[in-house]
Amino acid sequence: MTMVDVAIVDYGMGNLRSVEQALRHVAPTASIVVTDDATVIEQAGRVVFPGQGAMPDCMRELDARGLRSAVIHASRSKPFLGICIGLQMLFQHSAEGDVPGLGVLQGEVLRFAANMQDVAGQKLKVPHMGWNQVRRIEQSASGQGDAPLVPAPLEGGRLGRGVHPLWDGIEQDARFYYVHSYYVKPENAGLIQATSDYPEPFVCAVAQENLFAVQFHPEKSQAAGLKLLQNFVHWNP
Amino acid sequence: MLAKRIIPCLDVTHGRVVKGVSFVELRDAGDPVEIARRYDEQGADELTFLDITASSDDRGIIFRIIEQVASQVFIPLTVGGGVREVGDVRNLLNAGADKVSINTSAVVNPQLVADAASRYGSQCIVVAIDAKQVSPGNWEVFTHGGRKATGLDVVEWAKKMQLLGAGEILLTSMDRDGQKNGFDLALTRRVTDALEIPVIASGGVGNLQHLADGVTQGGADAVLAASIFHFGEYTVQQAKQFMAAKGIEVRL
Repeated sequence: MTMVDVAIVDYGMGNLRSVEQALRHVAPTASIVVTDDATVIEQAGRVVFPGQGAMPDCMRELDARGLRSAVIHASRSKPFLGICIGLQMLFQHSAEGDVPGLGVLQGEVLRFAANMQDVAGQKLKVPHMGWNQVRRIEQSASGQGDAPLVPAPLEGGRLGRGVHPLWDGIEQDARFYYVHSYYVKPENAGLIQATSDYPEPFVCAVAQENLFAVQFHPEKSQAAGLKLLQNFVHWNP
Repeated sequence: MLAKRIIPCLDVTHGRVVKGVSFVELRDAGDPVEIARRYDEQGADELTFLDITASSDDRGIIFRIIEQVASQVFIPLTVGGGVREVGDVRNLLNAGADKVSINTSAVVNPQLVADAASRYGSQCIVVAIDAKQVSPGNWEVFTHGGRKATGLDVVEWAKKMQLLGAGEILLTSMDRDGQKNGFDLALTRRVTDALEIPVIASGGVGNLQHLADGVTQGGADAVLAASIFHFGEYTVQQAKQFMAAKGIEVRL
């Protein structure tokens, strides 16, 4: 079997075409496959783990295809990008359907509160749908443990010391496209790479060694999203 | 802060973008792929394609258009028109749509909305409602391109669709569509206040103030317009700058 550069994990939930198209656009010569074959995932150079729909269904379908251990192994061993539910599934537990996740990361998945309002008193809808600003967090030298939940903005939107390489070339507060009703709450604040406000800050990107995962959809976030995907396909953690 | 979305709408028939007045009198506006690319460059937040004939001969055309657009334009794409069963939803998603809009079939078979949402997730199911005022403060749902009255109250219907799993409501005022005298703001406000899910206001935009009014007075989460963009009156970027100047959060 020819080794693939990027395997997009297909566990039968939702549409992976957009993720595939965007990756092909940023890496036209790479071998990119959408696959439900554990062997292909295990042998791929890097893995993208997307997800749409409800978390209980996603967990069930992942197991029905026997992909759990391949995904967990990939998340610990090679460049790995979780997107949307693919971020949420990495955690220990989700309030959506009260189900356990893969437990790769410590923490839980919670639902946005009902009846939220913005500063002008307008109702904030759930799902959180549309383009929101992503505020990167500058990591400490140790990279663990002491990052605040609400980070100080970086000067002039430039890449600061310790900013994760997947943000390379992306402006501070760049807008990305979201559609979700649940968000992750990691136990270890040192994992947090970025937050967005709705209306309170919530975690929209986490990283741990070879793993990076985002709540927004880079494949649908025009130039900023394509840049993040391009950074991912060139990332060597 | 979450930005309010501006969504150009491309009504497609026989492979061309067209625009009518109150759902009739079609005028040609050009090639859908080319127009989609132009709006993406101008900063459109999403694009909506409505296959307005949706006859069986035309189905292949819309799939090819979506495939071409999806390979070049990396923002959310919604496709509607002629969606009758879960298989239609699947085929549109496979062609590259991110969301599928269901209108007449939601009325004929509400279970379709529930089935499609549970299979593919609420995030990709938009229910389109064509609304017509029947008495002061009351609007009725119409189907079949606005030709058929249903007897359904718009607000109650929208709430039911939310309950069944719709992720978003595309609300079109038939009274205003193509008239260029602004959204039906009372209708928009009534529906958005009644729902937890986002509402896209549609029908009647003639100038940039109308777009701003849809958000500030109508309470819409997104605004959809067709002819003001198609015929070069305004660019999407101009619309966003206008809204930003009015204090509305937009993606510039």
